Amino acid sequence: MLSVSNLTMRYGEREALRDVSFEVAAGELVAVVGPNGAGKTTLLSIIAGIQRPSAGNVNWTPREVGWGVGWVPQIPALYSKLSVAENLALFARLERVADPDAAVERMLEQTGLHDRSGDQVAHLSGGNRQRVNVAIGLLSHPAVLALDEPSTALDPGQRERLWSFIRGLAGEGTSVVFSTHDVNEVQRYAARALVLADGRLLFDGTPAEFLAAAPGRQADGEPIGDFEDAFVSFLRARGHE
Amino acid sequence: MISLLRKDLLILRRSRLTVALLVIYPVAIALLIGLALSRGPTKPRVAVVNETTPGATVQVGGHSVPVGEYAKQLFDQVQAVPTTTRAQAVAKIQSGDVLAAVVIPHDIAARLSSDVSKAHLEVLYNGDALEQSLVQSSLNSALAQANLGFSEQIQQAAAQGIGLLLRGGNLGILGAPANLVGLSQIPPLLRGVIARQPPGPDRAALERTLAFATFAAQNLTLSKTVLSTISQPIAVHTTLLHGRRTPLNTFAVVVAVTVSLMFICLLLAAGAVALEREEHALARLLRGLVSREGLLVEKALLAACCSFVVALAMLAGIGAFVHLDWTRLPLWLAALALGAVAFGALGVSIGALAREVRAASLLAFLLSLPLAFLALVPSGSVGHGLYDAISVVSFVFPFKAALQALDAAVNQSSPALAGALVHLAVLTVLFGALARVGLRRLD
Repeated sequence: MLSVSNLTMRYGEREALRDVSFEVAAGELVAVVGPNGAGKTTLLSIIAGIQRPSAGNVNWTPREVGWGVGWVPQIPALYSKLSVAENLALFARLERVADPDAAVERMLEQTGLHDRSGDQVAHLSGGNRQRVNVAIGLLSHPAVLALDEPSTALDPGQRERLWSFIRGLAGEGTSVVFSTHDVNEVQRYAARALVLADGRLLFDGTPAEFLAAAPGRQADGEPIGDFEDAFVSFLRARGHE
Repeated sequence: MISLLRKDLLILRRSRLTVALLVIYPVAIALLIGLALSRGPTKPRVAVVNETTPGATVQVGGHSVPVGEYAKQLFDQVQAVPTTTRAQAVAKIQSGDVLAAVVIPHDIAARLSSDVSKAHLEVLYNGDALEQSLVQSSLNSALAQANLGFSEQIQQAAAQGIGLLLRGGNLGILGAPANLVGLSQIPPLLRGVIARQPPGPDRAALERTLAFATFAAQNLTLSKTVLSTISQPIAVHTTLLHGRRTPLNTFAVVVAVTVSLMFICLLLAAGAVALEREEHALARLLRGLVSREGLLVEKALLAACCSFVVALAMLAGIGAFVHLDWTRLPLWLAALALGAVAFGALGVSIGALAREVRAASLLAFLLSLPLAFLALVPSGSVGHGLYDAISVVSFVFPFKAALQALDAAVNQSSPALAGALVHLAVLTVLFGALARVGLRRLD
């Protein structure tokens, strides 16, 4: 379980996050959405331990096996001159995983990259790089996985496989928080949506609750069914274009 | 940190072209600088037309100085191309075979021997402004040297003549009486005659003659000394105030090795840090997997070790051709090691400020060349204020300190090794701190 309390992040005069609080249960898949500059990446990087907040704190409940927060950055953070297995082994050792070789084997198996384990990352497709990127985030078998726009630059097939994999992780009890610009992913995969704008948390609820909360009606008087329309309408009503 | 080091070594092993360039390029540059510094300016190639008749001499008193002696002096100062006629010399200049020509006219001996006219040489050259300046300067120097040598010959002949006048005997001059009395022998002879003369006008006249002869003999003796002074009025005695004189070729070795050390270390350290940012791995590493200090130390040490090995190999290789004092090896190692670490610290600070490897490499390269150039600017060659500014720049970067440390270690030159090592240690800490600040930015 992940608990975020009163997070505030200031860069000089500018506030990137303003008093943001929420919780993510074990096995829950939570999406963070918002316009550019809303504070999504800042929120995820604080959860991942990359940045320290100006105020507030982040807590998580460790598992019996595995520890901490796994992080998957938006742009794959990999060494292109190293092979898939060498990248995994390097980060397994740096994360002080008890049995690095076993962890590498496990991740190659889970990501389906066994056949490409000896290939240099420079020779992999964007989709496969992202799979290695996710695999590195999972090496320490973390209780919480934070993914920053994980499906960017993937084709529909690769996206499908990635989400299937992430849902599998959530099914095993991993708390997953991901940011995205693709609101359809929120509707399809997330159990809960967090809507951020100008560093403020404007909404915290299920996708269905979000559709119901969005202002405006269709011609037949029903709520807006399209999540993207609802998202735009929701932000516009709160003064965010 | 060991895992990170192994990763960097693996990446280096797979970047063979980069590593080859990283080693070959600085070594080539260093050797070129070394060669340029160790070789003095070459003698200008000059056509010499000697129109005097073979065996022509300049008469000084009863002595002859061969004019060929002058040509010989001139030949020593230039790369002489003996040429028969003036026209041939002009053709050689126009074809570019020689830079200039010196014509020694046929009447030079007669003019030098006469008291009324001055001897002249003719100098011919062409070329652009820079070439003219170079040739003119070289020729002026060569002619001055030859003139000095020739005037010494004439002065020696004149001194011999004066000696003969003082001592007496046979002067060897046509028409001079044999067994002539010497000027210095006249005063004692006159004293004997005066002693036998009764007082009166004859004795008084003899006493006046004695006074003149004594005065003349004393002053003619002095004139020999004056002649040698005139031939070289100011003699130069050099004194080295501190340290040991460094031979130019071993100093060139030190410069070449230090330049290599700097290039390899800066490029490697800056590139290694920038690569972490370029691969977007920096944020992942610094979220608790590696400390910022640990990352910087690892990169700086990796670069320092690689450059140390190359520089030491270079020093040992050059040592096969240039005499180096191998008993001072521990001091070489200390100077190279601390120099490499200081360059490593500067390199990681460049890498921490740059966003990508290419920018870091360019920055390191752009910084290296001026640093090496400025550190080699000798005092007095530029204005006082500019030299002070250059000294400050050289002081705050490690190249000059590394050069001084290695020069002191290899050549026992001043300033002392310990001071240079302390300077390098301080710079290492300062640039390490700068790198730490630069690494605060993660994106």
